[in-house]
Amino acid sequence: MSALLEVEDLEAGYGAVTVLRGVSLQVGDGQVVGVLGPNGAGKTTMLRALSGVVRPRGHVRFAGDDVAGKRPEAIARLGIAQVPEGRGTFTGLTVRENLQVGALSRRDGDVAADIDRCFERFPVLGEREDQAAGSLSGGEQQMLAVARALMLRPKLLLLDEPSLGLAPKITAQLFSDLSTVARDEGTTVLLVEQNASLALKFADYAYVLEAGQIALSGTASELADDDQMRRSYLGV
Amino acid sequence: MAEFIETVVDGIATGSLYGALALALVLIFRTTGIVNFAQGEMAMFTTFLAWGLVEAGLPIGLAFLATLGLAFVIGALIERVIIRPVEGGETLTLVILTLGLFIFINSAAGWVWGFNNRAFPNLFGEGNVDIGGVSISVESVGIVAVLLALVGVLFLFFQRTKVGLAMRAVSMNPESSRLAGISVGRTLMIGWGVAALAGALAGMLIAPRLFLDVNFMGAVLIYSFAAATLGGFDSPLGAVIGGWIIGVVENLAGTYVDWIGNDLKILVPLLIILAVLMVRPTGLFGSPEVSRA
Repeated sequence: MSALLEVEDLEAGYGAVTVLRGVSLQVGDGQVVGVLGPNGAGKTTMLRALSGVVRPRGHVRFAGDDVAGKRPEAIARLGIAQVPEGRGTFTGLTVRENLQVGALSRRDGDVAADIDRCFERFPVLGEREDQAAGSLSGGEQQMLAVARALMLRPKLLLLDEPSLGLAPKITAQLFSDLSTVARDEGTTVLLVEQNASLALKFADYAYVLEAGQIALSGTASELADDDQMRRSYLGV
Repeated sequence: MAEFIETVVDGIATGSLYGALALALVLIFRTTGIVNFAQGEMAMFTTFLAWGLVEAGLPIGLAFLATLGLAFVIGALIERVIIRPVEGGETLTLVILTLGLFIFINSAAGWVWGFNNRAFPNLFGEGNVDIGGVSISVESVGIVAVLLALVGVLFLFFQRTKVGLAMRAVSMNPESSRLAGISVGRTLMIGWGVAALAGALAGMLIAPRLFLDVNFMGAVLIYSFAAATLGGFDSPLGAVIGGWIIGVVENLAGTYVDWIGNDLKILVPLLIILAVLMVRPTGLFGSPEVSRA
């Protein structure tokens, strides 16, 4: 298995504040990798550094390119799609327009067909295609955010706290949808999540981020059985 | 009665021009997030270019079209060279930049073309049409038609083209747009180009009604501020309707209120701005800024 994403000594922060202090991790092609950790550990900053919203130091190798320091739009075009925390929905655009925006940087002519497929997969979105995205419920907006990111036909999908603000039942549905999508499309996923037990069910491999550094890593089942992990994050 | 209708129609024609410039202000406000104080001077500069082309012997229609193209390029260049380096920075920085641009363009135009009045040719020619006993100038009809055409083209541009969709996306959420692979800078550049084009259109159609000199857009800009404020600074439709209302009220006040007359007409937009800000700060069609905690 080759690594699609290789992160080495990643450092990033805001102004004088350093949040990430040398993070290294790997995401294999086709894998689902989780990054867990408490509030303020730097999970979101890490994703923002990978997608270029925050300028990092260190190396980020993606499919052979060093993308660290590139602009977000350039990184997106290379095939990294990020679903930002808070979903980043274009609330004033319709559901269909949101999906079209997701595909704006594509040059092929299959966008309409992809939108149809997306509506088959998420029928709720299809029913509301002409509605303003801001009028959707939280769960539907999260679904739309994932669907919009997939319109880029990314090789790597970065998900930031998809469970945030959603009811447990809706979160479970969302994760089951995500699993199906990742499997069907062969999309590699890097998932940041506070809800550790949920993330470990979904992921193949996981890292634990604490105070800007990787504290622990292992396959999802190893981590689920790890004593320290169970005490600190799984609450069992 | 005929005089009243003529006054109203004339107001709608003038208001259409305020609306066109207000449209330019709204375009930039929605995408770059600031009021572009240099919008009027950009329009003045391009109108001088049109005047130069006509002086050089170009037929007026051709000079108009060429100027629209030049205006687009100039607007895009201003974004790329002057605005881009501070893009996403402090609002105050950007606003001060546009004020600097105002002074720079005004002085540059004075340096190139001098400070004298010049007559600017009328695209639609002279003449009146008689509609039910009311005599309306061909120019007024032409101006309203041009504004409606501009609005129609912009509507199609925003609703039906990829670039238009990208511009709407960027105006709503720049960061999400970047993550979708949209180049925000290039999108803003096109926005400034389109705004400059709308401004040039306003300038070239107003110039024959006033005189062309380096300050001729100053008062027009204030009327356009009033139009955009009244309509709602983030609403293109509001800009147009606001322009019409301002134009009509201005004309009626100038004609029927003795103490206002021609000299105090400039009070009208200022009072309207004041009233809107006190009573309904978002304007008629604007949406209040909502932020979620």
